Amino acid sequence: MEMLLSGNEAVARGMYEHGGEFASAYPGTPSTEILQTIARFFKADVYAEWSINEKVALEAAVGASYGGARSLAAMKHVGVNVAADPLMTLSYTGVGAGLILVSADDPSLHSSQNEQDNRCYGKFASIPVLEPANSQESLDMMKDAFEMSEKFDTPVLFRMTTRISHSKGLVKIGERRVNDHAGFEKNIAKYVMVPSNASVRHKIVIERLEALKAFAETTPLNKVEMGDRTIGIITGSVAYQYAKEVMPGASFLKLGLGYPLPMKKITDFARQVERLFVVEELEPFYEEQILAAGIPCEGKKWFSNFMELNVERVREGFIAAGVLPKSAAPAKQAEEKVLPRPPVLCPGCPHRGVSMALKKIGVIVTGDIGCYTLSALPPLETVDTCLCMGASISHAFGIEKAKKTKKKAVAMIGDSTFLHSGITALANVVYNRGTQLTIIVDNRITAMTGGQDHPGTSKTLMGEKTNAVDLEAICRAVGVEHVRKIDPYDQEETIKILKEEVDRPAASVVITTRPCMLFPSKIKTERIFHVVLEKCTACGACFRIGCPAISAAEEKNEKGRPKALIDPELCTGCSLCFQVCSSEAIEEVEN
Amino acid sequence: MKNGTTNVLIVGVGGQGVLLASEMLCEVAKVLGLDTKKSEVHGMSQRGGVVTSHVRFGKKVYSPLIAEGEADVILGFEIAEALRWVHYLRPGGTIIVNEQKMIPPITTTGKFSYPEKVEETIQKRVPKTTIIDAYAIAQKLGNTRLVNTILLGVLSNAIDLEEEKWLQVIERMAPKGTGEINKKAFLEGRAIK
Repeated sequence: MEMLLSGNEAVARGMYEHGGEFASAYPGTPSTEILQTIARFFKADVYAEWSINEKVALEAAVGASYGGARSLAAMKHVGVNVAADPLMTLSYTGVGAGLILVSADDPSLHSSQNEQDNRCYGKFASIPVLEPANSQESLDMMKDAFEMSEKFDTPVLFRMTTRISHSKGLVKIGERRVNDHAGFEKNIAKYVMVPSNASVRHKIVIERLEALKAFAETTPLNKVEMGDRTIGIITGSVAYQYAKEVMPGASFLKLGLGYPLPMKKITDFARQVERLFVVEELEPFYEEQILAAGIPCEGKKWFSNFMELNVERVREGFIAAGVLPKSAAPAKQAEEKVLPRPPVLCPGCPHRGVSMALKKIGVIVTGDIGCYTLSALPPLETVDTCLCMGASISHAFGIEKAKKTKKKAVAMIGDSTFLHSGITALANVVYNRGTQLTIIVDNRITAMTGGQDHPGTSKTLMGEKTNAVDLEAICRAVGVEHVRKIDPYDQEETIKILKEEVDRPAASVVITTRPCMLFPSKIKTERIFHVVLEKCTACGACFRIGCPAISAAEEKNEKGRPKALIDPELCTGCSLCFQVCSSEAIEEVEN
Repeated sequence: MKNGTTNVLIVGVGGQGVLLASEMLCEVAKVLGLDTKKSEVHGMSQRGGVVTSHVRFGKKVYSPLIAEGEADVILGFEIAEALRWVHYLRPGGTIIVNEQKMIPPITTTGKFSYPEKVEETIQKRVPKTTIIDAYAIAQKLGNTRLVNTILLGVLSNAIDLEEEKWLQVIERMAPKGTGEINKKAFLEGRAIK
């Protein structure tokens, strides 16, 4: 049977078909749907969880693998940085049952803070890297990954990219097959990485890599498609699809196993073609290794390491290299200038009230990873930093310790991000006598990635009830003496309390109490607001809160400035616009 | 329809139903035994953001993305969005636009304004332009959520896929209990030439 599946859905399906029993992840675009699909369709056979962060997700999957279950941990590319600590030594211990680490990279940073190329982790950790090039391969390579993991006693890095994860294609599906594995078997020399054992294991890792190199030469994962021999192209992942479209007649060596490289096969391929190109997204990962092996090839000279490739860019590369005539590209047509539609905080978003108050108070706001980072965009422009998960708290702390800035720094972090990696930072603030305010904007969901549960929501990915982490109790337990709760829809109170806590010469935490308007389900409100145009002076105060429900009316004031209009379909009745309107032009109406 | 592959670029604004429409189009291609791929990016909170879905089908499809200047059809759920992507259309291609305007909040900053005379600009650039008020037709049918099937109906005239397969797929994929009304909406759209 054939289904139309995204790469992420195909990974989930492949994991299920090939006997997977344990899956863990922290949500992160473009990887999130892998675990959602497993939990939705396969939870009778596969245990699936949202872990508190990627390090824990991988460690739990490692435990499950040691314990005899074929396991998978999934995360976005930057999540692997969080999980890098276990990963690097996991390479030494090897696995119990098959273990796959799915890294979903994001070339072009559609939804990320950088565009790092995680194939480099494969080389760094001396573990194999599989690179599916479409949805079918995303499913099929799950089998290869589990088998390689068990055969070579190694974790396998399964490298997706946004275009593989989120593109849909036709996939032939199959039945589930389960392999029998024993439970945890005591083996101190393999599993206890003290120096005396680890040094022995490192030698095994080096030998394993040689065995993997030999495997790379013969595996059908690396496929030669001979065509016209004037041009040879070594490529993998989605770049293969672009190159195939642009150069259908050329000779191809498509790499499904992206590390270690089959150097003999590459040498042989290079000999058979006149001119050798390497077409790969982001880093010159293949190219540098091929050049280091003494094989001349052309890559990044024509195909940039900046942003994702596509048919146009690959074609331009071959035109620039003199392989294709200029006429190969269709005549470029003029683009029309159309206004941007940047992502915005939703109508009724509780983060808006906090950002409005912080703007009024006038502080430095160190931000984090989550929807609230959108407050960095106009018109709010309150968030001043965004680096990685959990950094907001330590940033504010460091700015204070630098003693160069008069303005106080306040940390703004979401509930899921706080649990992911904010708790340790907060304990550090208290321990080292920081005096900052940390605001936990607790909307009780992981919102940015589409509404996933977390340890504070009292519900697991598989839909079971569980005990929730008490954020206030955690803050008190790490030594914060001043913890208060606020309703961010109440501007007067929010400004008053935040001001008091900013001025307090001791570490404090303020936790907001309003849930996300969208997740887990859209909140219906009883009242909404509308603008009485006769009273509206077109002062623009409500425009400056950045609510998508508020737009410019056709009616203008005497100076030609537009009055405001509230879309009743979008208004959620949060009342923030009502609170900033000084001419009483915004009135409540029943919804 | 270069190399036997048909490229349909569906564009609109978050929340308009672009993704379900592109999913249905792929399914029709699949039912007809064609290879098909589609691609879009879902990330950041894209409510009200730009949404594009690339749909390709034919004997064998490689790239999941349509290249600039190679779309056979652009189906615009929102008129300024159709204008934004017009350079993706191949010479001689067709553009089908819902005349609905969605004015983004950024206009209140005064730094950006919604483009004027969008209809004229598109018509001037693209001889094969169809502009319809799908929202009005949906209202007439009693459900504004039918906009996307109406638009698929209009689209069905521009690409060569069997009507019967369309109806099958709509029946199967429409939200529960809305199969009949969605099929009716599709046929309303298909009646527009």
